[in-house]
Order: sequence, then structure tokens, then C-alpha cells
Amino acid sequence: MAVITPVTTDTVASTAPFWRLKGFPVIPVSILLLIAFVAVFADVLAPHDPQIGSLARRFKPPFWLEGGSLVYPLGTDHVGRDVLSRLIFGARVSMVVGITAVLVAGSIGTLLGIMSGYLGGWADQVVMRITDTWLALPALTFAIFLAAIVGPSELNIILILGLVYWTRYARVIRGEVLSLKQREFVRLAVVAGCSSRLIMWRHILPNVINSAIVLATLMLGVVIVTEASLSFLGVGVPPPKPAWGLMMADGKKGLMVGYWWLTVFPGICIMLMVLSANLLGDWLRVKLDPQLRQL
Amino acid sequence: MKQYIARRVGYSLLSLFLLSVTIFLFVRVTGDPVSLLVEPGASPEDIENIRRQLGLDQPLWEQYWHFMASLFAGDLGQSFYYRVPVLDLYFQRLPHSLLLAAVAMALSLLIGIPSGILAAVRVDGFWDSAGKIFALLGLSLPQFWVGLVLILFFSVYLGWLPSSGSGGVLHLLMPAFTLGWYFAAAHMRLTRSSMLEVLGSEYIKLARLKGLPEALVIGKHALKNALIPVITLAGINLVVMINVAVVVETVFAWPGIGRLLYEGITFRDFPVVQGVVIIGGAMIVMVNLLVDILYALIDPRIRLES
Repeated sequence: MAVITPVTTDTVASTAPFWRLKGFPVIPVSILLLIAFVAVFADVLAPHDPQIGSLARRFKPPFWLEGGSLVYPLGTDHVGRDVLSRLIFGARVSMVVGITAVLVAGSIGTLLGIMSGYLGGWADQVVMRITDTWLALPALTFAIFLAAIVGPSELNIILILGLVYWTRYARVIRGEVLSLKQREFVRLAVVAGCSSRLIMWRHILPNVINSAIVLATLMLGVVIVTEASLSFLGVGVPPPKPAWGLMMADGKKGLMVGYWWLTVFPGICIMLMVLSANLLGDWLRVKLDPQLRQL
Repeated sequence: MKQYIARRVGYSLLSLFLLSVTIFLFVRVTGDPVSLLVEPGASPEDIENIRRQLGLDQPLWEQYWHFMASLFAGDLGQSFYYRVPVLDLYFQRLPHSLLLAAVAMALSLLIGIPSGILAAVRVDGFWDSAGKIFALLGLSLPQFWVGLVLILFFSVYLGWLPSSGSGGVLHLLMPAFTLGWYFAAAHMRLTRSSMLEVLGSEYIKLARLKGLPEALVIGKHALKNALIPVITLAGINLVVMINVAVVVETVFAWPGIGRLLYEGITFRDFPVVQGVVIIGGAMIVMVNLLVDILYALIDPRIRLES
């Protein structure tokens, strides 16, 4: 008698944790986690106070160069502050500004995108015309303009970035909602007598949240570059707070006389963080959301 | 067709109107506009005078009317720092921005189009991967970081290129490359995808069946059609480049529009900041309109669809 073996599916594939999925960007995610870890435990990790220096020990080079010491492993800046400690606290500024700004932009954009797409009519017209107009302003120029009006502070920068970037969410989310609206489950919900608010909240929102997450990851890189650029131009996070963009602006003056470590190290930090966020975003885009592949 | 153009023009006018309202309201609602519009260090009486002079004690709609009236008269206010009308300053700097944008565009197309073609011809080959990395870097690296590293290498270390200012051809190279790299990435991606689309079409198959050499198929038959969207994007980006060069121009002290904006911030010269933003936004709305109309003229599907 033949032994009937039960049909098994490929259990490895179906239960594999997400980090074992094909092409999972291990290095970028590790870098982002490391930066997040450093940002959270900055107080413990930083060897010196990031905002207090002493003119007696300014422009010390990194430890492997002549005149450098392990007390200040990456050297000191123009007022004698420890570069490593400033980089560590700068991670906190970048993370806090980056993540909250993306959340602000994402919430406004997703909310307005859903309302615009589902309700249609004049609500749609208003939101989309504002979106078109705001997208016509180059993001950085728009952000500079707003920063010039309200003045620089960490909170203002977050609000400004949120205000500048919500339009990108609104446009993508609206497009998705337009197609979801035609689907059976939404029509059935209407027939069942659900209110528009309930449909948007319970049926539409969970279906666009994937796209919102993908966009958020991609936007994280954009937002961090913009924040660093604003700080570099002097309308971002105000000194003496250690923001990476600000450190590069300060270090620029020393570049021509050979104090390269003041600009190169914060630059590497920004580069690593933005590249990692973009690589993760690209991977998520392909994995989570086939509709966004052409983006 | 006429109806389509009329609607596009209507939308653009609406965009310009919303743009002016946005800028007008942000200045007046988010703080005391007088503090932005008077020079730093003015006495309280002066401030009161200016408030009355500018009509800031009048209702908002009346203020907006005056704001628009002076905009249409070409009056963007006067710079506090240079003591000349903002518009004069703008036109004084515009040629520098145009020159930088033109060279940056040329570089970005010189890099973007060939690498895009190579990537499309050999998908997943070496050039495709190299191109992807190059594009990702161009889109991810902050421009001030690229600029400063270039200065460090070519000016400080090698001493080949001047680190800042304008004048000769050598002054142009680093700022143009820094600005162009970001756009080269976009042009490369578009060339690649557009080329791939064209290569899949019937007339290319026919050309191959005829036994034409591959170089001729790609270089002549495919390239002609694949480049249309790229050239369109390049046209839009040329206008965008003029308006987003603020970081590059600041790093290299290039005396263009972006540098003007930066000076506006550092000298707290608000009329300059506002003027640059208004003109920039209007420029981009106009170029979008132009492209929409051109596309409708070329491709009937677009105007019939809507």
C-alpha cells in the first residue's frame, strides 16, 4: 500500500523572518540601527561635552596624525570641541528631525490624500491644486523661505519640512485611493451603510499604509539631506547644537588651511545615513508595493 | 485642442494665484511682517511709520491687492543690503546662473545619456550596476558634501582648480559637476527606461531582422525615439537648476541667483528672499505649462484623454 505523504509547502519560505528575505539590505539596516543606537545613548557614549570646548586645544587633528591624541580621537574644531562627541550628538539631531519630520509630512499627506481621493469633488480639487502649486516650488527654496520667516529652531525645522514634503504623500496616496475606491470591498461597505469616515478609516487607510511606509523610508533620506542643507546655509538647527550640516558649515572655513577632519567626518555620517535610508527604501518599494515600482 | 490649452492655462493661472497667496499669507500670518520688512535696528517710530506706509494696518484682502498690484508692476521691493530694487539684482545675477546651469546640464547629459544607453543595452551587466551605483550616489550625496570634497581634493590637495569665485572656465568645472551629478542620475534612469521601452518595439525588431548592425540599430533607430522624453526632462531641469543651485553656489561662492538667496538669508534681507522665491516658483509653473502644451501638440492621445 502506497504511503500517502501529506503535501507540504515550502515552510522555509513562508515562515522565514523578514531579515532572511531575498536581497534584504543587511548593511544599510545595520548602519541605520547603529545610528539610532548612538542617538539614543549619546549621553553615555560621548566622551566629552559636545557644546563646551576650550580654545587652548582647538584644531587638534585625529589621533593617527601627528599632534593628535586618543583623548580626542577625531580631533577638535575651531573652538576646541571634541568632533567625535559632536558627531554622536549630531546623530540624535538627525534622527529626531528626520523621523518626526517624516511623520508630520506623512500624516498630513496621507490624511489629505485619502480625503482627496475618496471624497472627490471640491475637496479633491482644493487639495490637488495646492499640491501642484507647492510642488512647483523647489523644496529647498521653499524651506529656506519658511525658515527665513519663522526663524530657525529644531521644532520649526520639523514643522517646515513637514509642510514642504506632505504634498508628495498626498499625490501618491490619492492615486491609490482612486483605484481602491472602485474595488468590491469598498462598494460593499457603502451598501452595508458604512459612513464615509468609517470607510476611509477602516477600509482605505489599512490598504494604503504599505505605500505610506515605503514613501516614508524614501523620504527619510530626502529630509535628512534637506535638514543638513538648511543647517549648512545657517537657517537650520541653530548653533551651538551639534547638527552634522552645521558642523560642515563651520568646518568649511578651515578646509583651505588643511583642517579637513571638520568637514569630512560629518559628511561621511550624512552620506552613510542617507544612502542606507535610500537602499532600504528601494528594497521595501520592490518588496511591499508592486504599484510603486515605477516610481 | 483649444479647450485643452485653455484649461492648462487656467490651471497655471490658478497655480500662480495660489503661489502668491501662499507666499503672502505665510509672511503675514506666521509672525510680524514688519520685523521682516524693516531694516534691523530701526526705531519704534520708524517701525510704526513703515507699518502705516506698507498698509499693514489695513484688512488682509486690501493688503493682498496692493501686494499683487506692485508684483504686476514689476516691483518686488528694495533690497536692504544693496539698496537697489530686487528685480535689478535678480537680472544682474541671472546670467551667472544661466551659465552654470547650461554647463551643468551639458555635463549631466554627457554622463547620463551614454551611461543610460549602456545600462539598457546590457541589463544587469557591469555598466548597468555601475550606473545604478553612480545614480544612487548622485541622488543621495548632499551637494555641499560633494562640493567640499572636490575642493579638498582638486584645490587644497592637488591645487589644480580655484576653490571659489567666477571668472575662467576652470572656475566653472567643480560647481557645474556638483550640480550636474544630481541631475545626471535622473537623466540616466530616464534614458535607460525609455531605451528599454523602445528596444522592445516592433520597428526595432524589424531593423534587426533586416540585418542592420547592432550599433546602427541602437545608435540611430532606437536612440532617436528614446531621447524625446530625456530632452523634455532636460528642458524642465534647466529651469529647475537655476532655482536649486543655492547650496552649490554657496559652497563655491558662485555669484548667481542661489548665492543671492543665501545673501538674502545671511543679511536678513527679506525682500530679496521673497523675490527669488516668487520668481522661481513662477518660472517653474510656466515651464510646466509649456511642456504640457508642447506634448499636447505632438501627441494627440494626451489632449483626447482629458
